[in-house]
Amino acid sequence: MFPPFPNPPTTPTQARFGEGDLIRRSASSVTPPAQRQTEVAKLIDVSKCIGCKACQSACLEWNDLHEEVGVNVGVYDNPLDLTPASLTVMRFTEWVNPESQNLEWLIRKDGCMHCEDPGCLKACPAPGAIVQYSNGIVDFVHENCIGCGYCVKGCPFNIPRISKVDEKAYKCTLCSDRVAVGQGPACAKACPTQAIVFGTKEQMKSHADGRIKDLKSRGFANAGLYDPPGVGGTHVMYVLHHADKPEIYAGLPNNPRISPLVDLWKGVSRYAGFAAIGAFAVFSVLHSVVAGRSKVSEEDETNAKRLADHEGSNGSQERAST
Amino acid sequence: MTNSWTDIKNTDLVVVMGGNAAEAHPCGFKWVTEAKASRGAKLIVVDPRFTRTASVADFYAPIRQGSDIAFLLGVINYCIQNDKVQWEYTKAFTNAAYIVKEGFAYQDGLFTGYDESKRDYNRSTWDYEIGPDGYAVVDETLAHPRCVWNLLKQHVAIYTPELVERICGTPKDKFLTVARMISECASPTKTMTSMYALGWTQHSKGSQNIRAMAMLQLILGNIGVRGGGMNALRGHSNIQGLTDIGLMSNLIPGYLTIPTEREPTFDSYMSTRGFKPLRPDQMSYWQNYRKFFVSFQKAMWGDAATAANGFAYDWLPKLDVPAYDVLRAFELMHTGKMNGYFCQGFNPLLSFPNRRKITAALSKLKFLVVMDPLQTETARFWQNHGAHNDVDTASIQTEVIELPATCFAEDEGSLTNSGRWLQWHWAGGTPPGEAKHDAWIMAQIHLRLKELYRKEGGPVPEPILNLEWRYKDPDEPTPEELAKELNGYATDDITDPNDPTKVVLAKGKQVVSFAALRDDGKTASGCWIYSGCFNEAGNNMARRDTSDPDDTGAFLKWSWAWPVNRRILYNRASADVSGKPWDQSRKLLEWDGTKWTGYDVPDIAPNAKPEVVGPFIMNPEGVSRLFTRGMMRDGPFPAHYEPFESPVVNVVAPKVRGNPVARVFRNDMEQFGDAKEFPYAATSYRLTEHFHFWTKHSHVNAVLQPEFFVEISEELAKEKGIKRGGTVRVWSKRGSVTAKAVVTKRIKPLICDGKTVHIIGIPLHWGFMGAARKGFGPNSLTPYVGDANIETPEYKAFLVDIEPIAGPVA
Repeated sequence: MFPPFPNPPTTPTQARFGEGDLIRRSASSVTPPAQRQTEVAKLIDVSKCIGCKACQSACLEWNDLHEEVGVNVGVYDNPLDLTPASLTVMRFTEWVNPESQNLEWLIRKDGCMHCEDPGCLKACPAPGAIVQYSNGIVDFVHENCIGCGYCVKGCPFNIPRISKVDEKAYKCTLCSDRVAVGQGPACAKACPTQAIVFGTKEQMKSHADGRIKDLKSRGFANAGLYDPPGVGGTHVMYVLHHADKPEIYAGLPNNPRISPLVDLWKGVSRYAGFAAIGAFAVFSVLHSVVAGRSKVSEEDETNAKRLADHEGSNGSQERAST
Repeated sequence: MTNSWTDIKNTDLVVVMGGNAAEAHPCGFKWVTEAKASRGAKLIVVDPRFTRTASVADFYAPIRQGSDIAFLLGVINYCIQNDKVQWEYTKAFTNAAYIVKEGFAYQDGLFTGYDESKRDYNRSTWDYEIGPDGYAVVDETLAHPRCVWNLLKQHVAIYTPELVERICGTPKDKFLTVARMISECASPTKTMTSMYALGWTQHSKGSQNIRAMAMLQLILGNIGVRGGGMNALRGHSNIQGLTDIGLMSNLIPGYLTIPTEREPTFDSYMSTRGFKPLRPDQMSYWQNYRKFFVSFQKAMWGDAATAANGFAYDWLPKLDVPAYDVLRAFELMHTGKMNGYFCQGFNPLLSFPNRRKITAALSKLKFLVVMDPLQTETARFWQNHGAHNDVDTASIQTEVIELPATCFAEDEGSLTNSGRWLQWHWAGGTPPGEAKHDAWIMAQIHLRLKELYRKEGGPVPEPILNLEWRYKDPDEPTPEELAKELNGYATDDITDPNDPTKVVLAKGKQVVSFAALRDDGKTASGCWIYSGCFNEAGNNMARRDTSDPDDTGAFLKWSWAWPVNRRILYNRASADVSGKPWDQSRKLLEWDGTKWTGYDVPDIAPNAKPEVVGPFIMNPEGVSRLFTRGMMRDGPFPAHYEPFESPVVNVVAPKVRGNPVARVFRNDMEQFGDAKEFPYAATSYRLTEHFHFWTKHSHVNAVLQPEFFVEISEELAKEKGIKRGGTVRVWSKRGSVTAKAVVTKRIKPLICDGKTVHIIGIPLHWGFMGAARKGFGPNSLTPYVGDANIETPEYKAFLVDIEPIAGPVA
C-alpha cells in the first residue's frame, strides 16, 4: 500500500509555495527561483481504477463546484465531458482485445495533465492568467483570464473549458491549495483503491514500476507508464495495461505535442487584450488546416467575440458556484 | 463475514460471485486491490454482467442469474473428481465422516419427505444416525455408503461441466478455468476468499447459494484461516448490526429466537435449546443459551424479571407463524389485517417487490408513521407524480405522520460493519430543523404509551409498564447508556463461588464479556454477542490504535469486534489437527502444548486440547456441516432450482417450479409470468454512484448518475431496434417502467439448454423524490416471493419484456 498522507494540520500553516516559486507565467516573464522545488506528480493507475467516481465527487466538493444534473445518453459517463465545473471525469471504454477476444472495460480519469511544457500557458495571451510553479503544477489565475479560449487550442489533451457564466477558463489545479499545505489532491484522498496516488515525481515513477511489473506478470506485456515526452513529461501520469495503445483509453493522445502553431502565432499575440481576437482567428484557421484536432466550440467563438467587443472586459462576474 | 475487510489482503484468490464488490463496496474493495498488488492475488468474477469488479479482474465468466448452485456444485464435483480436496481438514473439521439416517434420499429435485400441499418437508430423515452412546455415528474411513462424504459425492455427480454450461450458460472452457483456479486453493498454503452480497441472497434459494460456497470453502480448507472465509458484504453500514441486535421478527438480540405459540412456558422454550454435544468432549457453546436468554430478559425487565416468573418469559410475544417478515407484513396490510405501520429508516414503496401491491397495501392502512431523515417515496406514496407515481390521491384515506429523524452524521453511536467490527462514531453536525434522534423519538413513544396504560389500563400492560428504563434522562437515552446496556452489567453483587465473602463483580458494574453472564438473574445483557464492547475498561468500540503486529491484518486494538474482539471466526481451524498452523506464513493460532496462542482471540477454550475439541464450537458436533441436517427448510444439501420466473425449465427436475418450499401467498402465484409472455431474464442491482434511495437526494450524486436506465446487450438492442440512449418500456406481469437504454458489450446473450437467453439489467436508485431525475425502480417489476428460509425477496431473477418507445418531449 502506498503510505497515505497524514491528516491535515489543524493550525494555520505556511504555504509551501507561492509567487516566488513561479517558473513560467503566461504572456510575461518571471524571475525564476534560485532553486526549483521537488517536482510533484499524480499517478493514475488505470488498472486499479474501478470507475467509482469518488474522485469526481471529491473534486466537486473540495472545489465547491456546482454541476448540473444531466441526462443519461446511454453510457456510464456523467457528466459526459469536462465542463467548467467538472474538472475531472471518468471516461468508460468497452474495448475488445483483438488478441484474446476478451472484453476489457477501460476506465480513465480524465483531467489536466500538468505538462512540464504546458501548451495552454504557451498559447495564453493574457499576462499571468496561467502560471507554472517550480514543483510542476500548472494553475489558472482567473482574475487575469480573458476567456479567449487559446488555452483550449494550445492544450494537446483538450482539457480547459470556458465558463459561459464568467467567461473564464477552468481546469484541474492539482489541488494546488491542498498541496501548498502538505496534502495530496482531493481526488487522491478520496480514491478507495489507491488508483490515484500523489507524491514526488520520482516516487510516482518508482511506484509505477512496481505496478507495471505486476501487470506484466498478469499477461499485460505492454503495460507501461504514460509520461509523454512530447510535452516534456507530465505531472499527472497514467499506468496503462496497454501503454503501446494509449488511444484506446478514450482517445488519450499517442504522442501529444504542442501545436507548432502556438509558437507561430505567439509572436503576433504577445500583447493581450483586443488584439487577441485577431490572432485567435488566424490561429483557428491555421490550426484547423494543419492539425484539425482540438476544436474551439461555437460558444467559445461567441465568448471570444463578446470579449473583444467589450475590449477585454473586466470580467468580474462571479461564477455560479452555489 | 467470517473474516474481516482488512484480512482480505492475506488472500491468494478472490472470488466475487453473487456480488459486485467494486461497485457496491468500493471502500472495502481496497483490500482486494491490496491483495492483488502486494501478494499477487488473483481475482475471479462470475456474474451475468461484466461489472466494475470484472473490469479489474484476472478472469471473468458469465453466468445466468439464479443458476449459481449448479455452478458451485459443479466446482465441488470438479474438486472431488480431480482430488483437489484439503483432506486432513475435510476429514477432521467437517461432518464428512458422519453417517446419515437410513431413508434419506434425493430424487427428481426433491429430498425425502416432501408434501406438495404444504409446500414443506418432513425433515425427520435429514439427520445423523445416533449410536447407543447417544452420539452421532461416524466412519473415519469414509467408506460407509451413507456417510456425508459419499452422499455429497453422489449428490454433486450430475453437475458436470456440460450440465453447468446447459444450466448456467457459462461456456465450458470458462467454467473449467474458474474450477481449476479455485481447486488450486485445496493446498494448505493457498487460500481463497468468497466475497458475496445480495446477488446470492435475493433469490428464492438465497441461503442455499451461500451454503454451496461454504461447502466448497470447507472442502478446500479455507474457513478459519487468514485470507479465507465466507465474506458477506453487508449492504448498509450497519445492516450487520441490525441482524445482530435482532431486528428480525423471529429473533431477539444475539441470534436468540422469539418463542413460538408451541412454547407457552419458559421450560418448554428451553427444552429444545439444550444443545447437548453430538460427539464426546465437544464444547457446543450454545449450551450457554439459558445464560444469554435470562440476561436478555433482565436487560428488558430488570427487577420485574425473576426466577419465580420465569424471568418474565410471558411478556415476550409468541409467534403464531414462522416470522412476520416484510412480505408477510405487506400481505397482511393488503388483506386488511394490519392497519397501522411504523416505518423507521426504510423506504418500502421502492424496496419491496411488486410495487403495485405495496401501494395498494399502504392505501389500506389507517395510519402510517415514517421516521426518516429524508422525504421518502413511502411518506409520499399517496401523492400523484404523474407516470412516476400514478395514484388517485382522493381515494387514499391513510393518515401519514412524518417524524423527521437525524442522519448518521448527526448522531453518536456505533456501526457494525461487515467484518463484525463495532466502530464508534461521533456526531459531525447538529440536526436540522425539527429533526430528532431516533432514541428520543422512541423514548417519547414509549413514555407516552406507558402513561396511557397507567391511566387507562388495557390488555397485557405488564411488558410496557415494567420495561426497564434506567436512563439518566428518561426522555432521551444516550448512545453510551444503550451500548452499556447491550454489553451487560451485574444486577446484584456476584461473589466468588469458592469464597462467598469475596465480591468479584459489584452490583452495577459492567461485565467483562459474555463469559461472565449468568442464568440466575444476577446479570443483565441486551445482546450477549456484544458483551465486551463497553465494559469496565471503557468504550472499546471507540479504540483507534492502528498497530498490527507482524502485519497480519488483525488490528486487534482498532474498535472492537464481536464476539470478544475475535477477528476471524473458527480460527482454531487455521491449524492442523495437532495445532500446528497449516501455513506458517499465515499463522493465526497455534497450540503451544498447554494453550492456544497467536494473533487473534482463539475461537475455542484456551486450554482445549487440539486432538480432542473440534474447531466449530457453536455446533454440537464440534465440526462444520457439509450436510446441514434439518436446519434448513429446503434441503440438507443445496440443489439447483430455477427462479420462480425463469427463461428455461429446470433441466434437473422439469416438474419443479422455483424453490419447492418457498412460501407463496394466495394470488401471488397467478402474478408470476412465464417465458412465453416475458422472454427476457432481468436482474436488479446497485450502481456505485448511489447508495440505495438516499443519495439521489444529494446533488453531487445526482450529477454523477442522474437518470434511470436499463442495460441490454448490443444483440438484443439490434433485435428490438433499441438505440443507445433511446427510451424503452420494460414490463413484467406486475408492472411497467420506462427508462433510458444503455446498450453495452458488457452484457452478452447466453446459450442455456440450447436457447438464447437475453439479460436485462435494471439498477435501483431512482424514485420520484430528491435531486436526481424522476424514475422507477426494479420493484415495480419484481415478483412477490422470497427465500425459503429467510424470505429475502427474489429481486435478482425475474422475467420481463422490452420495447423501444418515443422519448419524452423535451
